[in-house]
Amino acid sequence: MDTFAVRRYIIGLLIVFVGLVYVIRLFLLQVVDSTYKLSASNNVIRYVTQYPARGLIYDRNGKLLVHNEAAYDLMVNPLQLKPFDTTEFCQILDVDKAYVKESINRAKEYSGYKSSIFLKQVSSKTYAHLQEKLYKFPGFFVQARTLRKYSSDIAAHVLGYVGEVNDKVIEHDPYYKSGDYIGISGIEQSYEESIRGKKGVNVFLVDVHNRIKGPYAEGKLDKEAEVGANIISTIDVDLQAYGEKLMKNKIGSIVAIEPSTGEVLSLVSSPAYDPGLLIGRKRTENYVNLMTDTLKPLFNRALMAQYPPGSTFKVINALIGLQEKVIFPATRYDCNGAYYARNIRVGCHLHKSPTDLRQSIQVSCNTYYCNVFRSILDNKKYASIHDSFDQWQKYIMSFGFGQKLNTDFTNELKGIVPNKELYNRIYGERSWSSLTVLSLAIGQGELGTTPLQMANMTAAIANRGYYYIPHVVKEIEGDYEIDSRFTEKRKTLIDSAYFEIVIDGMDLAVNGEPGSGSTARSAHLEDIVVCGKTGTAENPHGEDHSIFIAFAPKDDPKIAIAVYIENGGYGSTWAAPTARLMIEKYLNGTISIPWWEQYILDANLMDITDEEKD
Amino acid sequence: MRRRINIWSNIDWLSVVLYLLMVILGWINIYAAVYNEEHQSIFDFSMRYGKQMIWISAAILIAFLVFIVDINFYSYFAYAIYGLMILLLILVLFFGVEVNAARSWFQFGTFRIQPSEFAKIATALAIARYLSTYNVQINTFKSYWRLAFLIFAPALLTFIQNDTGSAIVYFVFFLVLFREGLSIEILLLGVLMIILFILALVLEKLTIILLSIGMIFLVFAFIHRNLKNTGIALLILILSSLLTFGVNHIFETGLSYYYIIFISLGFSALVYTILAIRYKIRNVFALLIFLFGSIVFTFSVDYFFDNFLEPHQQKRINVVLGLESDPLGVEYNVNQSKIAIGSGGLTGKGFLKGTQTKYDFVPEQSTDFIFCTIGEEWGFLGTLTIVTLFLILLLRLISLAERQRSSFSRIYGYGVVSILFFHFAINIGMTIGLVPVIGIPLPFFSYGGSSLWAFTLLLFIFLRLDASRLEMLR
Repeated sequence: MDTFAVRRYIIGLLIVFVGLVYVIRLFLLQVVDSTYKLSASNNVIRYVTQYPARGLIYDRNGKLLVHNEAAYDLMVNPLQLKPFDTTEFCQILDVDKAYVKESINRAKEYSGYKSSIFLKQVSSKTYAHLQEKLYKFPGFFVQARTLRKYSSDIAAHVLGYVGEVNDKVIEHDPYYKSGDYIGISGIEQSYEESIRGKKGVNVFLVDVHNRIKGPYAEGKLDKEAEVGANIISTIDVDLQAYGEKLMKNKIGSIVAIEPSTGEVLSLVSSPAYDPGLLIGRKRTENYVNLMTDTLKPLFNRALMAQYPPGSTFKVINALIGLQEKVIFPATRYDCNGAYYARNIRVGCHLHKSPTDLRQSIQVSCNTYYCNVFRSILDNKKYASIHDSFDQWQKYIMSFGFGQKLNTDFTNELKGIVPNKELYNRIYGERSWSSLTVLSLAIGQGELGTTPLQMANMTAAIANRGYYYIPHVVKEIEGDYEIDSRFTEKRKTLIDSAYFEIVIDGMDLAVNGEPGSGSTARSAHLEDIVVCGKTGTAENPHGEDHSIFIAFAPKDDPKIAIAVYIENGGYGSTWAAPTARLMIEKYLNGTISIPWWEQYILDANLMDITDEEKD
Repeated sequence: MRRRINIWSNIDWLSVVLYLLMVILGWINIYAAVYNEEHQSIFDFSMRYGKQMIWISAAILIAFLVFIVDINFYSYFAYAIYGLMILLLILVLFFGVEVNAARSWFQFGTFRIQPSEFAKIATALAIARYLSTYNVQINTFKSYWRLAFLIFAPALLTFIQNDTGSAIVYFVFFLVLFREGLSIEILLLGVLMIILFILALVLEKLTIILLSIGMIFLVFAFIHRNLKNTGIALLILILSSLLTFGVNHIFETGLSYYYIIFISLGFSALVYTILAIRYKIRNVFALLIFLFGSIVFTFSVDYFFDNFLEPHQQKRINVVLGLESDPLGVEYNVNQSKIAIGSGGLTGKGFLKGTQTKYDFVPEQSTDFIFCTIGEEWGFLGTLTIVTLFLILLLRLISLAERQRSSFSRIYGYGVVSILFFHFAINIGMTIGLVPVIGIPLPFFSYGGSSLWAFTLLLFIFLRLDASRLEMLR
């Protein structure tokens, strides 16, 4: 074997030879040849999120309400930063050096190697200017975004607005990353999932001059963005605009529903604001202004203001009374200006006496309803007031009061409907009676209803006994369906026959002969039979609130409406004519009493004058 | 006790130190290659560096176990171990799982093991055992066959697993055989075939044939130092070519050039043979056989390349030979690897600062392409160090092998050197673009339990044998 020992040198030499070849090659590759160094610093990956355009929003007749506009966010990646000319940079972007320094530090704190936003919503002009010079600023790149653009300044509460997502949401839903937009109220929020589309991502190779060289890994990691679904809302934009015009300088709300479908034709909350204020760079500033405005324009009164319903509530008590068979259409009560019982006195205004059921609605007699209410609660059919009150409460709630209607608004309130437990707590179980809670008869006391609930009730009456859950979106384009709960009939606990009687009363209230005591003559239209009920809610802090509910036409109703005007005095003074104008506008398109219209348009019922507001 | 002391004082600590150094450096670079800001702890077992720590600890344990075992165990059970490995290689084809298109792993829960890594050790042992057997001569047909079987059986099985890279490793045993006296002609033949293989892919067949003819003439002239004979031979060839050409032209048989040349060659060959017998010129026959052999080989290379190699393998070879450019496909990996290494400069970008590795440009960063991390983060100094470490280890192992009294130990030692050398050369060569992309790990550096344990076993069995070298007789 040892004769071959010399071969070990050959093997050894072979090994050394290979090693040497490699070392030389490595030397050439690493030290001598600089192309690879450039190549390496060239090869930087960039993840660019593709933000899809949010779905558009249309009104029920196909008119565009909300669309999108391109905006650009300037992003920075600290790992790729190299020294650059800050003066020129500041000049192009119109920011100061301190901001640049601060923002870069902020980005570095967020992550040493991940990209983050450096400057939001750069204008297209700045963007164009910047793109030319972007090669001078490695580490910076632009991400295209879309911002909302509103066709006009109306329907802010219905449409909602879009803002940056906050940390809590990011924690719960991994779809969102810091800096993403999300709908914050209204349709933008309720239909966020379908309207936002789906983000996509493009992964690029970027060279040392900050130019995109091409897709990384042949685009294997790329994902297409999906455009958001368009939404067709139930709102009639012309009606909505008109309603907001009418409510200018007044505080209150209008809600109009189409009774046969539950579609919300108009939702006005006044004072309102221009939705365009809450987009773009000025957003934060404007938002703070709106938040601190004492008139609370951001507060959606249609859904969240809980008012006592006042006299409008009488129709419900009438229906309950009929259903419970404690009163009949011909039942009469006398009224001499007040209702007396033991040591209670409920005042009423002067009107003809006695009144039957229909007339009681026509003239809005408090006495009548104190009687009706007591009859309901003191009904011998029930063992105690607890049981009768329970039943009364059930009736009320079957109209959608005291609970969320489960609409597609995200911030509706339940309203307040008392239950026996409440009174048991306040007065003691055996210590209250129908007299104690008498104010409920005329819609005062421990009652709170939102304008939406009142409009819904009106729709239920118009339909003679059932309603559809009010909703503000008619259709979503594409594969999405609106929830089936919106097409289910919800029946009240009152037989439909009884509604006709009450409706007759509401007809009389509006269309009774002048001088017959009809409280709502100001809502009368020549060619359409409007049925309505006035209400005046007591306000211990100031002027009473003016309320009116109505639907028209009497047969085959097309619109059910509820109007609330704070500090408006009697229902017939402001709320009723406003409702009449809305109805006429919707059904006829033109107004027959332009002078009255002008009067209402010009009226200013806010506590403070224009000068004070500014 | 005497034996114990002997072992400890006789261990080649240089090799052990080199081993530990490489393992630790390997671990550091795996950390850098797989570094994830969110899992920075070195003990994070969901990350590869955490796992590698476990593998390293187990490997050290294995090294200890190796030393406890009696030295005769290895030679005694060499064939048995070999047989077991063959069995496992067969079984893995049926019961194994596929990883990266190669069915070469056994899976036990989350634990995976690759028998082909260990089969190399078994083959080295078996060859050592066979060649150290009394009365075995290497240059006999009997031993050729047996050695061929020992080497090609596991190679073939590994190839069937679709792990071509590991299959090719077995060819390196020729170095072992070379040291043990394999006739140089066979080795030369092998080398020539490789050269011809490469040429056959790069050059046109015609060129090769003409080249071969030219070569043969030169060799003939060289052997016989007789220009006259060479001249006559040349004349004969030219004449027969002209003849064939002329026949073709006149009768317009429309044969392709290849056929013409073959016919004229055949003709000439006939004449040569007759003349050779008549005038007793030696070696003509052998040379002619060689010529025709090369031509046949050339054609079969093409055939083999087109019909037996997978497209991706074809591509890889073509890319290395510069025949094909595939910047986004196969070439992409090598390109990225070269960029990563090349961008390291003299001193590298610094620990954890390698942009190529950070952004995952290089595939298989912690396994086959671990060298890139070293190149990028530690620069030329880093790569030089690694190459030097390997060279020192390999040369040291050779000198250890040479000082063995027992031929079993020596042969096994050369087996270790060859296997390590092959892995080292191919792996690093692949990352710098000198060798087609063959997926085999860099010993001690690449991530992986199977590979680390196999290499540890491979090395430490030899160190064990070396530690007891004074006690062994043969």
